Amino acid sequence: MHNAASPSPRSIVLQAKGLVKRYGQVTALDGVDFELRAGEILAVIGDNGAGKSSLIKALSGALVPDEGEILMNGQPIHMKSPIDARRHGIETVYQDLAVAPAMTIAENLFLGRELFKPGALNQLFKVIDKKRMLAEAIERMNDLKVGIRSMTQAVETLSGGQRQCVAVARAAAFARHVVIMDEPTAALGVKEGNMVLELIRRVRDKGLPVILISHNMPHVFEIADRIHVQRLGRRAAILNPKAVSMSDTVAVMTGAMTADQLPREALC
Amino acid sequence: MKDWSRHLPPMAVLGPLLALLAASAFFAIQADNFLSGQNFSLILQQVMVVGLLAIGQTLIILTAGIDLSCGMVMALGSIVMTKVATELGLHPLLAMVLGIGATTAFGLVNGLLVTRIKLPPFIVTLGTMNIAFAITQIYSGAQTVTDLPEAMTLLGDPIMIAGTPVAGGVLLMLGLYAMVWFALSNTAPGRHLYAVGNNREAARLTGISTERVLLTVYALAGMFYGIAALLSVARTGVGDPQAGQTENLDSITAVVLGGTSLFGGRGIIVGTLIGALIVGVFRNGLTLMGVSSVYQILITGILVILAVATDQLSHKRA
Repeated sequence: MHNAASPSPRSIVLQAKGLVKRYGQVTALDGVDFELRAGEILAVIGDNGAGKSSLIKALSGALVPDEGEILMNGQPIHMKSPIDARRHGIETVYQDLAVAPAMTIAENLFLGRELFKPGALNQLFKVIDKKRMLAEAIERMNDLKVGIRSMTQAVETLSGGQRQCVAVARAAAFARHVVIMDEPTAALGVKEGNMVLELIRRVRDKGLPVILISHNMPHVFEIADRIHVQRLGRRAAILNPKAVSMSDTVAVMTGAMTADQLPREALC
Repeated sequence: MKDWSRHLPPMAVLGPLLALLAASAFFAIQADNFLSGQNFSLILQQVMVVGLLAIGQTLIILTAGIDLSCGMVMALGSIVMTKVATELGLHPLLAMVLGIGATTAFGLVNGLLVTRIKLPPFIVTLGTMNIAFAITQIYSGAQTVTDLPEAMTLLGDPIMIAGTPVAGGVLLMLGLYAMVWFALSNTAPGRHLYAVGNNREAARLTGISTERVLLTVYALAGMFYGIAALLSVARTGVGDPQAGQTENLDSITAVVLGGTSLFGGRGIIVGTLIGALIVGVFRNGLTLMGVSSVYQILITGILVILAVATDQLSHKRA
């Protein structure tokens, strides 16, 4: 809800410099650089084994890199867990829908961050304020134009797309700086996928930059402002989706083509 | 949302409640003296020990665990509190606190094994069930502890309410159910318990310390077994090393009959109270009808399977 006062449009919000991560003989990240700018949707794509998920894990606190540094608005930050990342204002939407299905939408939105009733005794016993949580849940969901009739229904009564919208809305509501989305449309049909894409756009338009990890090229080209192509543990290129073809993008991703072979306007 | 259906009990409780009413109606017709205030207060008194064990059992089952050791841990607690009171001559109050402390410590051990070594609760509690039983037998020499100070059996004494004697322990049990109900439905730790049982990974990712929730649950369950030990001692007037053997599985029966899912994350504590009453009504009604205890065991066995089957089927549909 409390987004940072919007910095100048081109400023870098989240940055990684020379991240290295080795697992025994395997080098997952080989000195990767990364920049997320204010107000953009940055897609991260890459073949399996390119270090895409290691990069995202490093940025969301799920993995501690062996070398390199991560900076938030120019300040180095150290994250040992996803909880640390949250403290730094980074919220992640996980692919496998991190919701508690038997609990209501309002409860899921506030899970782990419940609002307590006023009064010392209520604070001491952590008595939750159901009314206020419900009212705020409705407000936040309306804010993002998520059309769900009742916030008191269990999440398991929702469709896959609606569930994903709840997860995205939760991240957007609590993120102060960055929202990371890991394959948010992977398990969804066309219509539901579009619903989630629309929501991601609204999150960006509210001023939160979004990192989108996706295998779905049409989705990436539909909503990304820039594309970070990950290959062999490094950043192979940053592409402009408005000036590059999908087939060239795939070629860079798979190594059939290098970034130098692309026209200058395709890079950014 | 101001429609009339809000004033009905939630669906999860409605099923068990109907089963309780149906069972009561059946026994009211079949057994002459079933329908009397005297008999109801007897049922409540018989239910209070299982009822308390079932509170702890519910908390654990809500986290998708199970506790096979509860009855044996309770027996250990009752031996500890009666032994230290009679042999060491400790003040009865201190003795009770020590007994509850012993069961809480046992619960904590279960919790540590489940969270730190990541063993399945079924196996952990199968082991600690035997350990608790053995310690109880060794410590008591398999002898019943008698000649208790009067203060230890006070909770078994009746209090007259509307002309019907109700054991103090029954009131304590009802009070604890109310407290646990409030904590589960209206406090953040209560909601976290449901979240941990419902989707542990999701709970962890939202920043809930799932380990701490589980440890607290197992320790609290142990505390409730200790209070159950207190009620068991108060009811029988002795420290019995053989106590808790039927109550051990009856507590699981009560939880499942009360509509709590063995898959975790779903259930209402009030349902468990109703489940415990169903078990009590069956045992009492069948006794009044002159059905031998072997058949009672048979029938409660069938009840459990029916309840678990219902849970399983409704889970598949969801």
